[in-house]
Amino acid sequence: MPNKILVLFFHPRFEDSYANKALVESISQIEGVTFRDLYEHYPDFNIDVKAEQALLLAHDIIIWQHPFYWYSCPPLMKQWIDLVLEYGWAYGKNGDKLKGKVFLNAITSAGNFEFYCREGSNNFTYREFLRPFEQTINLCLANYLPPFIVPTALRLSEDELKHYGEFYILIIEGLQHSGLSIAEIIKYQYFNDLNPKEWKALFYKTQ
Amino acid sequence: MESSFLQNAVILLGAALIFVPIAKKLGIGSVLGYLIGGIIIGPFVLGLLGNEGEDIMHAAEFGVVMMLFLIGLELNPQSFWNMRKAILGMGLSQMLLTSALIFTVFYFFMDLNLKTSVAIGLSLAMSSTAIVLQTLKEKGLSNTNAGKSAFSVLLLQDIAVIPILAIIPLLAVSTAANLNMHDNLAADLDPKYSTVIILAAVAFIYIVSRFLINPFLHIIAKVRMRELFIASALFIVIGVAWLMEKVGISAALGTFMAGVLLANSEFRHELESDIEPFKGVLLGLFFTAVGSTINFELIFANPLGIFSFVLLIMAIKATVLLGIGKVLKLPSDQNLLFSLLLCQVGEFAFVLLASTRQLEIIDKETLDFLMAVTTISMILSPLFLFINEKFIAPRFGVKEEVANEEADSIDEKESVIIAGFGHFGSTIGRFLRANGVSAIILDNDSERVDLLRKMGFRVYYGDATRIDLLKSAGADQAKILISAIDSPEKNYHLVDEIKKHFPHLQLYIRAKNRMDAYELIDLGINHIYRETVHSSVHLGVDVLHALGHRKYTVSRKAAEFIKYDEDALKKLGQTRHKKESYVESVRKEIELQEKILAEDLKFFDQREDAAWNSSMRR
Repeated sequence: MPNKILVLFFHPRFEDSYANKALVESISQIEGVTFRDLYEHYPDFNIDVKAEQALLLAHDIIIWQHPFYWYSCPPLMKQWIDLVLEYGWAYGKNGDKLKGKVFLNAITSAGNFEFYCREGSNNFTYREFLRPFEQTINLCLANYLPPFIVPTALRLSEDELKHYGEFYILIIEGLQHSGLSIAEIIKYQYFNDLNPKEWKALFYKTQ
Repeated sequence: MESSFLQNAVILLGAALIFVPIAKKLGIGSVLGYLIGGIIIGPFVLGLLGNEGEDIMHAAEFGVVMMLFLIGLELNPQSFWNMRKAILGMGLSQMLLTSALIFTVFYFFMDLNLKTSVAIGLSLAMSSTAIVLQTLKEKGLSNTNAGKSAFSVLLLQDIAVIPILAIIPLLAVSTAANLNMHDNLAADLDPKYSTVIILAAVAFIYIVSRFLINPFLHIIAKVRMRELFIASALFIVIGVAWLMEKVGISAALGTFMAGVLLANSEFRHELESDIEPFKGVLLGLFFTAVGSTINFELIFANPLGIFSFVLLIMAIKATVLLGIGKVLKLPSDQNLLFSLLLCQVGEFAFVLLASTRQLEIIDKETLDFLMAVTTISMILSPLFLFINEKFIAPRFGVKEEVANEEADSIDEKESVIIAGFGHFGSTIGRFLRANGVSAIILDNDSERVDLLRKMGFRVYYGDATRIDLLKSAGADQAKILISAIDSPEKNYHLVDEIKKHFPHLQLYIRAKNRMDAYELIDLGINHIYRETVHSSVHLGVDVLHALGHRKYTVSRKAAEFIKYDEDALKKLGQTRHKKESYVESVRKEIELQEKILAEDLKFFDQREDAAWNSSMRR
């Protein structure tokens, strides 16, 4: 049984985002992935908590795909986290429904890795900015995988867009594999550091 | 032909059941259906009905009385007062000019005496409230300028019946004639007193309606028996009618007045829905009876004479109306509609002519002739309207549009059609336009169409249920059709037509209320917009905020409530009783309310709001 993947996509202005269009287009080529455009579902921010929780339960790996706004996620994604990851359900007393699930961020960013470091203008790395998400997942007893970053997303050429699109496909297809070894992937900082073509040798448990 | 009451009832109702659906199907309106049905069962075609047609007509005239009561109920004194200029301006000029012209014809050209000519002029100036209002309602024209103008004129005519009936006795040739009218209190006295008696009766009705009926209905309502309420509604109408008849003036007028005075009563809607079915049936009977009483012998004896006379009278009436419309600057198509609507001689002519006959102002022969004229004009008028609607009116709006057609054809595939551009539709249209979607608009108010054209909208004039109009508006290529039409019946009709002829169109339909939404669900519509839900809930949000609730929390609750309500709509829509009658619908609505309230309790019982709620963690 391949892992069931849920892509939760948050973009308040998707129609103008080339990078995200490329990524979403890639997802559509893969079978068995549930793609959910949340700004399309909840334009008024009134999230159907029950429905969202049911979707989480029905999947193994959840990808939060979103642009990086002010070093964080778009507001609807924060709303989603606030409302869906309920006390007593996702965390806290008896809150173990997400135990063992896998989460990661797939992010489009205007900056790049040079800006996002001690020496760069943004002072901190992507991973440092993503700590709140990482800890959120930890508290929910789930696994937080390294993020996938599409840098300089506002100035990508057609070829570069294509490259990231294909990269995204490789990542998702890799994640679908049932023999995936989470423990090995967690050792990396970013999915960008991986060569997905070598996944087989590195991450798949021998079957 | 000897025939029993039951047999006549079967014949009359049967004729209605056969001919009205056919007429509706042909698009010529129910009035013409009744009339044709009447002619066919009448003594000159099938002969199923003998000469009792006239008696039936008198009985069925009560439908007219009820109709005026209902018109009154819809018009509270305030809105009546607001219409005073239109009523007096249009109505009075129509009445005076038309009677003057008809008087001229009879006095100077037909050599009748002064009194007779005056009486005939006044009688024939009347138009048919029954035909016109029925037509307006069926064709959804009540809110157009022509419809409103016609309504004003009819109101004045209906009111004018009182003074005219009061004047006619004064014209009487001899007081001896009054002896014929034994059951008429006013007539037993000197004609000079009759005016006083009439005024007294009017005052009596005013006082009773204003101060006694409402408390009386309160007592009846407490008994909680529906049939008792229907009985009291009938009692009021019949009582007033009887009283008016007793003092010798128009029963219709009295009930109209009672209606206006009760328009502000909290029982208004109950009275309306109780009387409505009786009115409908009686009015139908009335039209059928009119059809059956047409004296074909008289017509065949001098067909050319009678028909040219009918046309002359109708031409006079129409010309006067056209002139009035011109002065009031009605757009030409509205003006034509206005004139055609009112150019027939109405049912009040029967009443007025009958009373002139009783007073011997007019002889039997002239009376029969005028009755035939009146009836024929009543039959011709729906026919004229039908011709106008099918062949003349379409030329007004669509023709201009054809020239621009090519320029408009960009991006037609994405196009949206909005049917109806009143308050509801125009808000949608403006919102779409603000976002760069220029919808094609269908509307049957030509003045609005003119305005919208000037503002650069793509507008087609006419009835949105017409296939040819939909075609020329591009329904073949369009993607979405929005119906913002006010009348539910019209909407159902539109949905039927679209499903049949343009099945690819996605339909977004306005619904009046929950009951209407159920009908649309049954018709297979998914996108249903009840016009009141969002504004009511929104009002509730503001009230809760005023009571100290946080705005965001209440807004979330509102969204939840609307979602819940929409789910409940679908759920209850499936379980509701399929067969519904007009009479039952009020009770059904209460039953439904009960179900909704019960369902609400389940909704309220749900777990408490967990969002940002830290109290459970303390």
